[in-house]
Amino acid sequence: MAEHPHSIQAPPPVSRRGFLFTLGLALNAAAAALFAVPVVGFLFSPARRLAQQAWVPLGPVASFPEGQTRLATYRNPFVQPWDGETANVPCWVRRIAGAQFQVFAINCAHLGCPVRWFPESSLFMCPCHGGVYYADGSHASGPPPRGLFEYASKIESGQLWVRGGELPTLSEPV
Amino acid sequence: MKLPAIIAGWLEQRAGLGAPIREAATHQVPRSSASWWYVFGSATLVAFVLQVVTGICLATVYAPSANDAWTSLERLNHEIPLGWFLRALHGWGSNFMVALVVMHMVQVFLFGAHKYPRELTWMVGVVLLLMTLGMAFTGQIMRFDQDAYWGLGIGASIAGRVPFIGRPLVHLILGGPIIAGATLSRFFTLHVFVIPAVLMALVGLHLLLVLKLGINEWPMPGRRVSRDTYRRQYEALVHADGIPFFPDAAKKDMVFAGLIILALVACAAIFGPIGPSGQPDPTIIDTEPTPDFFFLWIYAALALLPPYLETILLLTVPVIAILFLLALPLFAGTGEKSWRRRPIAVLTVVMIFLTIGSLTYLGTFAPWSPVMDAWSALPTPEAYLKDRSPLELQGALVVQAKQCRNCHSLGGEGGRRGPALDDVATRLTHDQLIRQVLQGGGEMPAYGKNLSPAEVTALVAFLETLHPLHVQPARDASGLGER
Repeated sequence: MAEHPHSIQAPPPVSRRGFLFTLGLALNAAAAALFAVPVVGFLFSPARRLAQQAWVPLGPVASFPEGQTRLATYRNPFVQPWDGETANVPCWVRRIAGAQFQVFAINCAHLGCPVRWFPESSLFMCPCHGGVYYADGSHASGPPPRGLFEYASKIESGQLWVRGGELPTLSEPV
Repeated sequence: MKLPAIIAGWLEQRAGLGAPIREAATHQVPRSSASWWYVFGSATLVAFVLQVVTGICLATVYAPSANDAWTSLERLNHEIPLGWFLRALHGWGSNFMVALVVMHMVQVFLFGAHKYPRELTWMVGVVLLLMTLGMAFTGQIMRFDQDAYWGLGIGASIAGRVPFIGRPLVHLILGGPIIAGATLSRFFTLHVFVIPAVLMALVGLHLLLVLKLGINEWPMPGRRVSRDTYRRQYEALVHADGIPFFPDAAKKDMVFAGLIILALVACAAIFGPIGPSGQPDPTIIDTEPTPDFFFLWIYAALALLPPYLETILLLTVPVIAILFLLALPLFAGTGEKSWRRRPIAVLTVVMIFLTIGSLTYLGTFAPWSPVMDAWSALPTPEAYLKDRSPLELQGALVVQAKQCRNCHSLGGEGGRRGPALDDVATRLTHDQLIRQVLQGGGEMPAYGKNLSPAEVTALVAFLETLHPLHVQPARDASGLGER
C-alpha cells in the first residue's frame, strides 16, 4: 500500500475481539500468579522455617563416666511418625570432669560422614576421607576445614541436655 | 479384508498418524551414517524405556517412607516373586544408561556432530546427561540404606558450603533441618515425577531435532562446516547417497540395542540386585559410606583437593563445566568435524577419561581413609617379632593398640594414609622418630598426649628394628644425637 488511508493517527477503536483477547491474557496472568505463589511457597517452605532446635535429654549425668567419651543418641525433637530410625541422632559425649562436658556431632566437618572414637589413641577418625580429630574435637589431620561441631549442652535435674534437631554443616555449625 | 487391516484403516481415517510415522521412520539419511559408531544414541533410548518399565514395576511395591523403604526393598529382594530380578534390572539398567549416555556423547563430540546446525541438539543432550546423572543420584537415595543416608549427608554438607544461602539451601534439599522422612519424599518426587518428566520431554525434543536436521554424516577430514553452505551440501549428500533410516540404517541400531538388552539381563541375572546395604539408622556408625561407581571419582577428588581450595572448587567447577559444555557448539560450531583434524578435541577427551579413570581407580581403594579395624583385625607380621627384645615387643604392641596400623601398613596390610612402616628405620633416625610420634606433622596427628614416656620408648625401639636385612638404619650424620 502506497499511502495510508487515514492521514490523522486516530487511536484504533477497541474492538470486542481485541478487548476479549486482552482480558483473556490479563485474567490468565493473574490466575497464573495466584496459582504459582502458593506452589512455590509450598515447595520452598522448608527453607524458610529455620529456627528448628530444641533441648533434648541424652541421659542421666551418671551414665557418662569422667574422663571418657561415649556414644549417645537422642530422638530428633521434631519427629514425624514416618521418620522411623532416621530420627535417632547419634553424638559423642565427652565428660572431662564433674559438670564439664563436650558434646560433639557425629558428622565430620568435611562432608558429614560419621566419625568414630578410638579411646586407645584418643582420636576421632572419619571413614570417608580420613579426617582425624583430637579428643577435644580440634582438627588433627586430613581435609576437614575445622574441628568437630559441638552441641550446646547443659545439666538440668540430673540429666545431660543438648540443643539438637539440625544437621550440622559449615553454614550452621549447630 | 482381515480384521487388523480394518482396525488399522479405521484408525488411520480418524487419527491419520500412519503417514507422518512412515515418513519419519523412512526419512533419508546419509549412507555413511549407517555405522557401528552411530548406535549409542538409540541404545540409550532403549535403556531409558527399560528403566521406565522396571521403575513402574518397582513403584508398585516400594514404600517411599523413611520408616518402610528399606524393609520394602528387602521384601522385593527376598519375598516377592522376581522382585530381586526387577531390582537388579533397574539397578544395572542405571549403570548401563550412564555408560551409554557417556559413549554417545563422546562419539558425537569426536565426530563433530555438535557443530552447525546441530548446536541445540547438543545442548539438549547436555541437559539429558545431567538429568541422567540426577536419576542415578536420586536412585541411589531410593535405595534407602546406610550409603544413601550418608550420601545425603555429603550432599547437604556440600550445599552447606554455599555462602549466604547455605543453611536455607540445606533445609530446602533435605525438606527440613535433618535427614528424615521428608528428605526421602522429596527425592522420591524428583526420581519418579520431576526428572522423568523433564527427561521425556527433552528426549522428544532431542529426537525431533535429529529428524529435522538430519543425522550427522560421517565426517571427512578436510570437509569443513560453514554456516552458508552446510545445509545445501547435506541435502545434496542425502539426495545423492541416501538410504531410508528404517530399515536400512536402523539395522545396526537394532542389533546393538538387542545385544545391550541381553547384556543387561545377563548382568542382572548373574550379579543380582544392588543393595540395599545396612538399615538407614544413623546410630549404626560402624559404616564406611561409599557412593555408586559413577560418583567414585567425585568422592576421590574430595579427598585429594587441598582444603583451602575445596569449597571454591566444589562450588564453581561444576557450574563452569556445565556452562562450558552447553556453550561448546557456540564457540566451536564450525570448521573441521573429523577427529583426525581436531587434536585438541581428542586430547581433551583423553585427558578427561584419564582424570576420571584414575580418580575412580583411587576411589575404589580410598588410600586416604584409615582402615578402621586394621589395629584389631590384622596381626603384626611374624617376621617383625622374631629375635626382638622385650622392649621392642612391647613397642610392637603399642603399634597395634594405638591404631597406628589404621593409617600405616605393615607387611602390605593396613591403612595407606601414611607411609608403610616396613622400612621406617631407613628413613628416620631415633630422634626423628621420637619427634614424629610426639608432635606429628605431615598429616599425622601428634601423639604426645596419648602416649606415656614408656610407651614412646618402646614404640621407637620397635620402629628402629624395621629396616630390610642388609640396609643400614638411618643415622644422625652429626653424631650428636647418638645415644
